[in-house]
Amino acid sequence: MASTKVSLTVNGNEVEAEVDSRTLLIHLLREHLNITGPHIGCDTSHCGACTVDLNGKSVKACTVLAVQAQDGDVLTVEGMAAADGTLHPLQQAFMDNHGLQCGFCTPGMLTRAHRLLQENPNPTEEEIRWGISGNLCRCTGYQNIVKAISQAAAQMNMKEAAE
Amino acid sequence: MNKQPSRKEREAALEGIGTSRKRVEDPRFTQGKGNYVDDIKLPDMVHGDFVRSPYAHARIKKINTEAALAVPGVLAVLTADDLKPFNLHYMPTLAGDVQAVLADEKVLYQMQEVAFVVATDRYSAADGVELVEVEYEELQPVIDPFTAMDKDAPVLREDIKDAKEVGGHGPRKHPNHIWTWEAGDQKATDKAFKDADVAVEEMISYQRCHASPMETACCVASFDKINGALTVWGTFQAPHVVRTVAALISPLPEHKIRIIAPDIGGGFGNKVGVYPGYIMAIAATVVLGIPVKWVEDRIENLSATAFARDYHMKGELAATKDGKITGLRCYTLADHGAFDACVSASKFPAGLFMICTNSYDIPNAFVSVDGVYTNKTPGGVAYRCSLRVTEAIYMVERMVDILAQKLGMDPAELRMKNMITPDQFPYTTTFGLQYDSGDYPAAFKKAMKAVGYDKLRKEQAKMLEDFKAGKSRKLMGIGISTFTEIVGAGPSRVCDLVGLVGTFDSCEVRVHPTGAAIARFGTKSQGQAHETTYAQILSTEMGIPAADIEIEEGDTDTAPYGMGTWGSRSTPVGGAACANAARKVRAKAQKIAAHVMEVSEKDLEWDIDTFRVKGAPDKAMTMKEVALAAYSNVPEGLEMGLEAVEYYDPPNFTFPYGAYICVVEIDTDTGETAIRSFYALDDCGTRINPMIIEGQVHGGLTEAFAISMGQIIDYDETGNVIGASFLDYFIPTAVETPVWTTDHTVTPCPHHPIGAKGVGESPNVGGVPCFSNAINDAFAALGGVHTQMPHTAPRVWEHAKELGLVA
Ligand code: FES
Ligand code: FES
Repeated sequence: MASTKVSLTVNGNEVEAEVDSRTLLIHLLREHLNITGPHIGCDTSHCGACTVDLNGKSVKACTVLAVQAQDGDVLTVEGMAAADGTLHPLQQAFMDNHGLQCGFCTPGMLTRAHRLLQENPNPTEEEIRWGISGNLCRCTGYQNIVKAISQAAAQMNMKEAAE
Repeated sequence: MNKQPSRKEREAALEGIGTSRKRVEDPRFTQGKGNYVDDIKLPDMVHGDFVRSPYAHARIKKINTEAALAVPGVLAVLTADDLKPFNLHYMPTLAGDVQAVLADEKVLYQMQEVAFVVATDRYSAADGVELVEVEYEELQPVIDPFTAMDKDAPVLREDIKDAKEVGGHGPRKHPNHIWTWEAGDQKATDKAFKDADVAVEEMISYQRCHASPMETACCVASFDKINGALTVWGTFQAPHVVRTVAALISPLPEHKIRIIAPDIGGGFGNKVGVYPGYIMAIAATVVLGIPVKWVEDRIENLSATAFARDYHMKGELAATKDGKITGLRCYTLADHGAFDACVSASKFPAGLFMICTNSYDIPNAFVSVDGVYTNKTPGGVAYRCSLRVTEAIYMVERMVDILAQKLGMDPAELRMKNMITPDQFPYTTTFGLQYDSGDYPAAFKKAMKAVGYDKLRKEQAKMLEDFKAGKSRKLMGIGISTFTEIVGAGPSRVCDLVGLVGTFDSCEVRVHPTGAAIARFGTKSQGQAHETTYAQILSTEMGIPAADIEIEEGDTDTAPYGMGTWGSRSTPVGGAACANAARKVRAKAQKIAAHVMEVSEKDLEWDIDTFRVKGAPDKAMTMKEVALAAYSNVPEGLEMGLEAVEYYDPPNFTFPYGAYICVVEIDTDTGETAIRSFYALDDCGTRINPMIIEGQVHGGLTEAFAISMGQIIDYDETGNVIGASFLDYFIPTAVETPVWTTDHTVTPCPHHPIGAKGVGESPNVGGVPCFSNAINDAFAALGGVHTQMPHTAPRVWEHAKELGLVA
């Protein structure tokens, strides 16, 4: 198998790895870079547990080759909190609203919600539900996830208005 | 001067029972710092992957591993022949049967494990799997359970074809028969049916489905050759049981086996049993001397790990003409697949099916279940319910609606008429179960009032009129479910696992000199937040803030022996152990406090977090102060330290209950169902953390919605498993999932130290019949009686068509 060197930015850090050309981005992150926040929940691009941000778009990292992320900019759940450790409003809102149980879908949910709020800073409940419909959760029934996302949105908008 | 904190403030500082304490698990999960099995990476670790059968029933003629072994990175390919010398090609199941670890001469279901390829990384292992050549001779499969016991049916289990019984459950009638289980008074029940004014009968099938937690099954096994010690990290709901089984089937003694269940990404029953992947990872690490990881993918998870349900129940109810139920009969055919790997207590092959008289005062009942083998995946786990409880409740709740229809009575009225009343508690059912406590009519009335039941019925009648008049194509359905659950398995005198260990559970608590504490448990959270809730019980009982109590589970080297988490047993059993251990600590603390304050123990009273001298309330010692004294100044004859262990064997099960009402609208032309509203009232006794209870109910209802509206693991006539990926298997997204309205009443459990009953599974048990009743109710006035789950749009449309409602 031909191996390729990939260089990219992950959570603000420049990284490099030697991978097979067939290596998936999710395996580059989890196996080569030890970034284990994003999870694997299916083999069919349906569950969204592997969701990360690549160049400003939500992608399912199990459906992207590592080499496609060459020179790319990746954000995973590990990169969401501020440098001083302050949690991202979404992380805080998920905790405050009981938006997670087993936590397995959570990293994907959070990174997806993060991108959703960039795309639509003021989503309705219906827009949130559609916006996270690529991410499955078996535990929560989504109600508290939806609540958490709308609360985080409100908070982020308030902060923005104050600034 | 500082103001003394008020009682309220002191109580709030504890974050004890009854507070919606925020989860302590969340900081790690929201920052990507969970520690799930697949996150574990050990030096030199290699990966295992399975070669699986493409056939449902076939003889293995030859396995050629040469090409696979030539793949760079592939280290070994193991087959049943490699396991035979160690007698590891079969493993015991929880049901008292055996299951092939790797197929022995014959495959019995599609996707069965045939060979195990070990390689340096997952990609090479997958390459190796592709290149293992297996020659098969196809055999005729048995797919329909109703034909399994036909005279000319092929014998599936040649390994036990002469066995008189399986699992000690009595004589077999056919080589594909596993056991027959019966309960109740057949004669009296037959008489009740003979004397009845009205009787109804219906075939109620509960389809094969799958719990499919978001994290699939996986493990990392590591054998230390020098010390002869094995460590296995795995997705185990019951780690101690795994350790004991491992000690029984391997030459390793139990103290050299350490089972660790780290963070688990959901279980719902799917992670109770032992799978071939675990055994193979262990076998491979023992052979190779390096750590071996096995992670199944989603398709393997859905098609090869334990299914749930597959119960085909012929339900019958007898009643007087004014609607008093006088008898219940049910004959069930249970499809167990190729091996009986059903999760159940050894004495109950059909689990707790006896709960089928539900919340009703039914004087006579008789049930019988036949388990059969077919060429399907083994399993039979309780998908978010106690063993076979959801099947039983589904059957009876459907039957009650069918009876109401026959009697021309409102299903709510019929239920109310037959409910056990509060003055009948403790109530002993005709099967001998003793229900602990409840006020079923009050709960149901509250539910009906909350949804405006009578108004809904009027609206439904109006919609029906419009439909009949051709003004609308929509029908409205109202589903009711009033259910009683049986959880907290269970009293060891009636319940055990693998015929060996009773279903008690345990807690060990240790208070440190500064008044902080650690507690360890035999249960294992898979998302239920035990780290949060157990600390709440301890804090209320010991007067130590929950934030100062560390909770640990899942490591068999450190945790006291326990049966793990399934069947909503953590609160009823683990929670009781927790409260009692804390009470032992407090009792010792009281002795120490009395000694230090130089008063008699009897003169002290407990006040939230403090021992006070009666009559001299200023003379007091907080638990924190006592903790320090426990390590420096104890009375003569008392040991130092402040710790306790409790092994709690419950005197009885607990019986949470609820009343659910669902409203649906069905478009008859497309068969599509819109869930208009869903109201769920649960009574789980004392509520430890209302926020978490509500979350459990949301999750359970969503699973009930999934099962009733879409989930099915189906097979075609040659035994190809259909729909075993997330492409086909219905996992609702946020878009389809209804909005849930939750409510509660509180009737504490009289035999539980803090009165709690458990809640995780109620919403699944009560939710499934509620949805199904709603769908069936929509068609009841137009001649529909029963249509089988899952109620997908095509099936509902078919039903409408059968009734002549669509062209
Ligand atoms: S792992 Fe399921 S979508 Fe990527
Ligand atoms: S919290 Fe368990 S899958 Fe979402």
